[in-house]
Amino acid sequence: MKTFLRLAGLIRPFFWWMLLASIAGFAATGSGIGLLVTSAFIIAKAALQPPMAALQIGIAGIRFFGIARGVLRYAERLISHNTTFRILARLRLWFYDAVEPLAPARLLSFRSGDLLQRIVDDIQSLENIYVRVLAPPITAFMTAILVWALIGVWSPAAALVTLAFHLAAGIGLPMLTARLGRGINVSIMKLRALQQVQMVDFTQGIGELTVYGQLEGYRAGMQANEEEILRLQKKSSWIEGMQESMTGICMNGAVLGVLLVLLPEVPEGKLSGITLAVIMLAVMASFEAFAPLSAAAGRLEADIHAGDRLFEIIDAKPEVTAPAKPLPFPENHAICLRNLSFSYPGSTEKTLDGVTIDIPKGKHVAIVGPSGGGKSTVTSLLMRFWNTAPGELSIGETDISAFDPEELRRNMSLVSQRTYLFGETVRENLLLAKPDACEQDLVSALGSAGIGHFTKRLDNWVGQHGMQLSGGERQRIAIARMILQDAPVVILDEATASLDMPTERAVSRTIDALTAGKTLLTITHRLHGMERFDRIYVLDKGRVVEEGSHEELIQEKGLYQAMWSLQHMSAAPSS
Amino acid sequence: MNIDRRLTELIKPHRAPFFQSLLAGTLSSFMLVGQAALLSRIIDGAFVKKSAPGALSAPLLFFALFSLLRMLFSWLAQNRAKEGTVRIKQELFTRLCAGTGSLGPQFAGSVRSGSLSTTLTKGVEALDQYFSQYMPQLYFALATPLLILAAVMTADPVSALTLLLSAPLIPLFMVLIGKSAGAMTDRQWNTMSRMSGYFLDMLQGLTTLKLFARSREQRRAIEEAGESFRHATMQVLKIAFLSSLALELTGTIGMAVIAVGIGMRLLEGQLAFQAALFVLLLTPDFYLPLRQLGLKFHAGKEGVSASKEIFALLDRVSGLPPSGSNELPEQLLRNHDIVFDKVSYTYPGAAAPALKQLTCTFPAGRTTAITGPSGAGKSTMASLLLRFMEPSEGSVKIAGNPIDTLSGNSWLQHLSWVPQQPFLFNGSIRENLRLAKPGAGEDELNEAISMAGLGDLVQGMPEGLDTKIGEQGTRLSGGEAQRIALARAFLKNAPVLVLDEPTSNTDPLLERSLRAAMKTLMRGRTVIIIAHRQETVRDADSIIVLQNGSIAQSGSHVELAGAKGYYAALHRQLPEDAA
Repeated sequence: MKTFLRLAGLIRPFFWWMLLASIAGFAATGSGIGLLVTSAFIIAKAALQPPMAALQIGIAGIRFFGIARGVLRYAERLISHNTTFRILARLRLWFYDAVEPLAPARLLSFRSGDLLQRIVDDIQSLENIYVRVLAPPITAFMTAILVWALIGVWSPAAALVTLAFHLAAGIGLPMLTARLGRGINVSIMKLRALQQVQMVDFTQGIGELTVYGQLEGYRAGMQANEEEILRLQKKSSWIEGMQESMTGICMNGAVLGVLLVLLPEVPEGKLSGITLAVIMLAVMASFEAFAPLSAAAGRLEADIHAGDRLFEIIDAKPEVTAPAKPLPFPENHAICLRNLSFSYPGSTEKTLDGVTIDIPKGKHVAIVGPSGGGKSTVTSLLMRFWNTAPGELSIGETDISAFDPEELRRNMSLVSQRTYLFGETVRENLLLAKPDACEQDLVSALGSAGIGHFTKRLDNWVGQHGMQLSGGERQRIAIARMILQDAPVVILDEATASLDMPTERAVSRTIDALTAGKTLLTITHRLHGMERFDRIYVLDKGRVVEEGSHEELIQEKGLYQAMWSLQHMSAAPSS
Repeated sequence: MNIDRRLTELIKPHRAPFFQSLLAGTLSSFMLVGQAALLSRIIDGAFVKKSAPGALSAPLLFFALFSLLRMLFSWLAQNRAKEGTVRIKQELFTRLCAGTGSLGPQFAGSVRSGSLSTTLTKGVEALDQYFSQYMPQLYFALATPLLILAAVMTADPVSALTLLLSAPLIPLFMVLIGKSAGAMTDRQWNTMSRMSGYFLDMLQGLTTLKLFARSREQRRAIEEAGESFRHATMQVLKIAFLSSLALELTGTIGMAVIAVGIGMRLLEGQLAFQAALFVLLLTPDFYLPLRQLGLKFHAGKEGVSASKEIFALLDRVSGLPPSGSNELPEQLLRNHDIVFDKVSYTYPGAAAPALKQLTCTFPAGRTTAITGPSGAGKSTMASLLLRFMEPSEGSVKIAGNPIDTLSGNSWLQHLSWVPQQPFLFNGSIRENLRLAKPGAGEDELNEAISMAGLGDLVQGMPEGLDTKIGEQGTRLSGGEAQRIALARAFLKNAPVLVLDEPTSNTDPLLERSLRAAMKTLMRGRTVIIIAHRQETVRDADSIIVLQNGSIAQSGSHVELAGAKGYYAALHRQLPEDAA
């Protein structure tokens, strides 16, 4: 119920649109009833062979209702589709707004696009909450009132009988089908979520499955899951079919019931035969509005489940929020880590354990060390993806939490190992870093990044996730972004590690030239050209184990020297 | 009309439930006609003939009976159609999964991420409505109006003629609708999926947006995109709905013409009231199935477009050469060299071959390294060895037998593989390891873990071997994933080992500590190791340098380091750079 109210609250801005669509829907259904009723009126009246003029009003009514039904249905469709699209757009925005402060800390488990796709599908399915869940009961209710009034004028008893069957079809049946079908839709959704995971494993792990001879077994598991989904679908269709048939039985029951009430009155002259014919057709036509009700009940359950899944994601507390009165980014932006410790949520292991690192303004500092040593965590903390505690992380001697995270990120450029490119043009991807960049800015940034030839391809589509570009080109786009952003602080987090050797060298040289005079933090496990750094910190198992210049560290004959000689020994001709 | 020949063929093996469905549906239509006859008789009895209520109890009873039967039959019709549909979906799902399996990783890697699993799940699901609703409705849109026409003919031939005359308007409209709705569904489908793709892209790139402090501004872009998509779609729908308006109007105008017509003839005494009411009751049901077909048109259209992807995949599968069936004794593998005999391979759609007439030998029990610049064809060789794809020309042989004459399992069961980016399944570490040896005991698992240098990591995890990893669990780093793959290779203990950049994501210190374990693993096996890092290559018994799909150099480290060429050049660059 709570979820339903929250969902309903989301679409409340469209209340008037929805009401309008419902009224149009009701008017269309009402015209259908009008068409049948006036037709019945004509022939019943004609059977008594009155003068022609007596039929004129009926004939006019038929024409009116006949055209009105078509036109109103058209209007209803347009309005409800329009409203649905508005709802979808609003749901997307709402979700984006809610999830934006949570990224990336709270979204770590959704890194793969395939699982994120499920969320997008959930939102997509909620767009129908109005058309399939909220509108049918409203239309049915309005139609029923019209018919009760119509019948009640001639025979309150017949109206009561109709009311009884309307209640059965409108409330009893949906409750019955909801009870019979309880959990089916939700189970299907859960199995589908499992299937999505299986599909990721199957399509991406197919090499492993093939080599280890497990393909058959894995497929059997997937098929078993699909079979279960299909079994539930059959069950759900069985119930839905039953509901439709029962609605039909309710209609026929109402017809029979009203006949039993009214038939004795006709020979007695209390009721004219014309009225009998008219009432019968009105009763029959009114049930058209009740057919979609039970499906709505089943749908509601699924929508609430989809809503729950979304709320579960967005109800997480953001890891980092902007302070009420943020300070401007300081002129002296020396970065200082003092006795800093950090553990990822759910882990007992300290990724950083009492780390102290100084990055003075304008200096070039490297953090090196074995993988898993906590190097990249430093980047995440600087970028304010996580809050820090305990210990101290400050910029210009002010704690990092005193700044607006956005302000911080504008002043610190990060080039990481994997660059995300949006499925748009090269230009759009570059403008991200500097929205007001002019053509000349873009051209010179591309040139400095060593991909001057991209100037001609600025409006080319880069493909999904930039897949039309090679790994080297993607990293160079990232560097071009860095140039455009022109931030005083640059952080390179294994920026060239995924490149092959010749490309890596070329890209490194470019970066060196561009970061001269800026504050630079480089994170790497490949120890090439380390002499250029003012200071090097060696991080192992979350602790700074050594620090100093390249020469000092080599002298120290510790971990750094071991790593360095390992990487360079093999390069020397073996003797 | 959307009657797709290949989709119809899918029904053939499962036609029984569909026939039952059509039969039940037809019976239900008969009941409908019966009900109309009874109801008109009852009202006529009371209204015109002024019968006593008692005299009408028999028709009332039959009316009740007919309505029960009608609902039962229509329920049955729906259930049987669903049953048939479920059988078709199940068969398709099985065939598609099996097909994807035999097409292998080369295929799975060549299609856009996610689109394959979309075809397998949503594609199959999109066919549901085609079979369960659209196909049966095609029949009912023809059969029910015909039946009603016949019934009306007996009561009032003039009305029957009117219906008959208005009926051809409907197929005409259907064709018109078909045309516009077809284009409309395609366009709507496109905009919808583009819009959802755009939104997905934004969510996936949220971290990047944050890094550029652009995530809040992006909100406006999403809003604008949504608004412009809505606008474009509504423009299309405005036109598209006009055709259903036309269909609706045909029905209501037909109804009006009939009602006025029979009213006039009643007035002139040419028609009895009972017959008139009977015709009037049936007229809406004459148009209803046709209108419903119009509504289900989209389902049909969607099914046909979804089927294109499905059939494309199935066609690829049937184009595969049949797999060999010979069995290979393990002993043969231990003692014989693996030979590439004039192997060429060209990727589908590529202009130049990735491998050109390549001939080389991987001696049994020895380690051979393949190196060379990226794009030289190193990984292509690995894929051919693993039979992820077949050579375009030439063959890979073991003891003189081309490996494609062997049954798939017989070759792969003697082979271990450590890929550059190993895949970790959603499950525990234990499950991920047991992939290589389903029955492996606790001791074996622990030994493999410690050989692969994962002992500390696993012990540090809260649930040890039962810690969940993969997409939904703890993420392991690239280097850790590679070590899981190494542990798998230890467990499988196969005579042939294919290593594709096995330690590219491992830092040098760890690599050194793994080297001893790797040596143990490689001892006595035929090892093919692909690497562009010197430290990995230099200890191999022989080295093949690949450039542009051909062997540029081969020999031992000492030989190659002394000779001119790529190897020595790469070799010399390193110290220079570091100096």
